[in-house]
Amino acid sequence: MSALVPLGAFIALSAALFFIGMAGVLVRRNAIVILMCVELMLNATNLAFVAFSRRLGLLDERGSVFVVFVFVVAAAEVAVGLAIVLAAYRNRPTVDVDEVKEMRG
Amino acid sequence: MLPAEAARGGDAIDLVWLVALVPLAAAVVNGAFGRRWLRKWTGPIATVALGVSAVLGVAILFAVIGLGHEASRRVTLYEWIGVGDFHVGATALVDPLSAFMVATVTVVSLLIHVYSNGYMAHDRGIHRFFTWLPLFVFFMLTLVLADNYVLMFVGWEGVGLCSYLLIGFWFEREAPYVAAKKAFVMNRIGDWGFTIGVILTFLTFGSVAFHDVFPKAAEVQKAEPGMLTLIALAFFLGATGKSAQLPLYSWLPDAMEGPTPVSALIHAATMVTAGVYLVARSTALFAAAGPALLVVAVVGAITAIFAATIALVQTDIKRVMAYSTVSQLGYMFLATGVGAPIAAMFHLATHAFFKALLFLGSGSVIHATEEQDMRRMGGLRRKMPVTYWTMLVAGGALAAIPPLAGFWSKDEIVGAAFTNGYPILWGVGVFTGALTAFYVTRALYLTFGGEPRDQHLYEHAHESPQVMTIPLLALAVGAVLAGIVLGFPPEGGFVHRFLEPSVAVEGAARHAEPEMIVVLALAAASVVAGLVGIGIGLAMYARRRPDPAALSRAAGPAYTLLVNRYYVDELYDRRFVDLMRAAFGAAWAFDVHIIDGIVERLGALARLIGSQGRRLQTGLVGNYALSIVAGLVVLIVVYGGYATGILRR
Repeated sequence: MSALVPLGAFIALSAALFFIGMAGVLVRRNAIVILMCVELMLNATNLAFVAFSRRLGLLDERGSVFVVFVFVVAAAEVAVGLAIVLAAYRNRPTVDVDEVKEMRG
Repeated sequence: MLPAEAARGGDAIDLVWLVALVPLAAAVVNGAFGRRWLRKWTGPIATVALGVSAVLGVAILFAVIGLGHEASRRVTLYEWIGVGDFHVGATALVDPLSAFMVATVTVVSLLIHVYSNGYMAHDRGIHRFFTWLPLFVFFMLTLVLADNYVLMFVGWEGVGLCSYLLIGFWFEREAPYVAAKKAFVMNRIGDWGFTIGVILTFLTFGSVAFHDVFPKAAEVQKAEPGMLTLIALAFFLGATGKSAQLPLYSWLPDAMEGPTPVSALIHAATMVTAGVYLVARSTALFAAAGPALLVVAVVGAITAIFAATIALVQTDIKRVMAYSTVSQLGYMFLATGVGAPIAAMFHLATHAFFKALLFLGSGSVIHATEEQDMRRMGGLRRKMPVTYWTMLVAGGALAAIPPLAGFWSKDEIVGAAFTNGYPILWGVGVFTGALTAFYVTRALYLTFGGEPRDQHLYEHAHESPQVMTIPLLALAVGAVLAGIVLGFPPEGGFVHRFLEPSVAVEGAARHAEPEMIVVLALAAASVVAGLVGIGIGLAMYARRRPDPAALSRAAGPAYTLLVNRYYVDELYDRRFVDLMRAAFGAAWAFDVHIIDGIVERLGALARLIGSQGRRLQTGLVGNYALSIVAGLVVLIVVYGGYATGILRR
C-alpha cells in the first residue's frame, strides 16, 4: 500500500459508501435502485477488506480471499433479487416496493 | 429344551403347537380373504383346520397315555418376555390334565364346526363367523396348554374377546350387542381378579410358571399365612367371571343371543369351563390355601341350586340350557372345592358332550321352527326324530340316568362331597340333581312331547340336514359312552389313573376309601333323586297332575320370583350399573370441563399472541430493512460498549 494514502482514508471511504448504500436501501422505493444500493453496501465492505488485507499483506492474505466470496454471494443475491423483482413486475406492472404488499400478515 | 430331551425321538407332543396354530391359520386366512374371495369356502377351511387339530389333539392324548404315569413335558417355542428376573416363555405344558383338555376341546370343536356349516349356511356374515370360531379355538388351546399364568392370561383374554364378538354376531339387532357388552364387562371384573392373582403370585413366588409356583405353595403358606389364600381367592374371582358362577353369572344366560353353535361351543362346552380348569390346574395352590377351597365348594353348590331353580320356569329353550350350564359348572366347582378335582374334570368332559348336544339339538329345533319359545312347540318328535332321540339321550345324561355319561361324573362329585365330610353340600347336590332332572324333562316334553300347540309352526318344521344331524349323532355316542369309558369303575377308572399325577398334592392326606356299600347307597340316592325329578316332570306335563298352571298360581310370589330370575339383573342395575354410570358421568364432565378446558385456554392464548403478532408483518420491504438496521445498531452499541469498556462495570 502506498504510504501516501493512510489506512484511515480507506476506512472513511468504505464507511461513507456503506452508509450511502444503507440510506438508499431505506429511503428509495424503486426495487432496482434498492438492489443497486445493496451492491454498494457489499462493495463498501469489500473495500474495507482489501484495505486491511493490503495493510497486513505480509502477515495475512485472507481479507483478499474473502472479497472473492463476497462477489459470489453478491452475484447470487442479484440473480435471485432481480428474479423476484421480475416476477413481481409481471404480476403487477410496478417496481415500487411499497405497492407490493401481498406478504402483509 | 434340555439336551437329554432333544436326544429322544420325536413324537406327537413335539407338534403340540400345531394343534393351536392350525386353527389360527384358518382364522387368519378367513379373516383376510373371506369377505372378498373365499366366502363359500370359509366354512370348509375352518372345518378342515379343526379336523387336523382334532387328529393331533387325540394323537397327543395317546402319546401322553403312552408315556405312562409321570408324563409331563414342556415344549418351548420361544422366550416371550425376559426382563430382569421376570421370565415368561411361550411354553406349552403337556401333561395328562392339559392333554385331556386339548382332546376334549378339539373334538367337540370339530363337531360344532361341522354342524355350523349347516346352521350358518345362509347367513350373510358367515365369513366373520368362521374367522372368530377357529380364532376362539386357538385362544382356548393357548389357555389350556400354557405352562405359566401370564401365557394362560393371553388365552383367557382371547377367549373372552371371541366370546364377545360371537355373542354380538348379529349386531344389527339390539339385544345381541347389549348382551355382548354385558358379557365383556362382567368378564372384566373376573379378569381383574385374575390379574391381581398373577401379580401377587409373581411378588410372592418370584415366578409365574406352574413348575416354580406349585412346589413352593405349602412353604409360602407357612411363611406368609393369608397371602396364599388371597392369591387363591383372586384367581377364583377370575374363575367366577369366566365360568359364570355367583355373583358374576348373569352374563351367560344373556349370551344365548349369539348363534346357537356359539352357545354350544363357547358358552357350554369349552370357554366357560376355563375357570374350572384354572382351579383344577392350580390344585396345589388351592389345597395349600386353607379356607379358599371351602369358598370354592360353597359358591359352587349355591350356584348349582340357584341356577337350577331358575331353569325350572324358563320358557325359552336356550335359556333353560343356559341356566343348566351355570348349574352344572357349579357342580364342577363343588367338586374341586371338596377335594375332587378329577371328578370336576371328568364332569367337565362328559358335560362338554351332552351339553353341546343339548345346545346343538336346540339349535336344530330353532333352525327348523324359527322359534325359541317352548310354549309354542310340542309334538316335534314326529317331525324331527334324529334331533329328538339324540336330545333325549343328552337329557338323560344331564339328569344323571345310568349308564349315560352324566351319571358317572355327577354321582362322583356328589359322592365326594359326602365322603370328604361335607354332608350339607351333598344334600344340596342331590336336591339339585332332582331339580335338574325335572327341568330337563319339562324342556324336552314341552318341545317334543304331547300334541302340537302351534299347528302352523308344526307343519313347517322339518328335520335338519345331515351336516347338522351327524354331529348330533357323534355327540350322542359321546354322551352315552364317555362316562363308562372314562370313569368306570368309579374312583378307579381311566380318568382317575390318568389325571392323578397332574393334580396330586405332595403331603396331602388321602381321604379314606369309602366302603362299597356307602358308594352304592350314595349312587342310589342320586339315581332316585333323578328319577323323582323325571317322574314329577312327566306327571305335571304329560298327565297334568298336578296341573303346572295351577301349581304356578298356587306358588304365587315364589313363582314370580323365579320367572324374574330373582331380580338379580335389576339388583345389579340398581346397585352397580347406575352407580357406575354416575361415576363415569362425573369423569366425563371432568374431562370435558377441566382437561379440555386447559387445552382450549392454551389454544386461545396462542391465537391471541398470533393475532397481535401478525401486525408486525406489514409486507413493506422498507420496514423490514429498517428493523434489520435497528438491530444492527443495537448490536454495535452493545458489543462496542462492552468492547470499549463503557458498558462494563
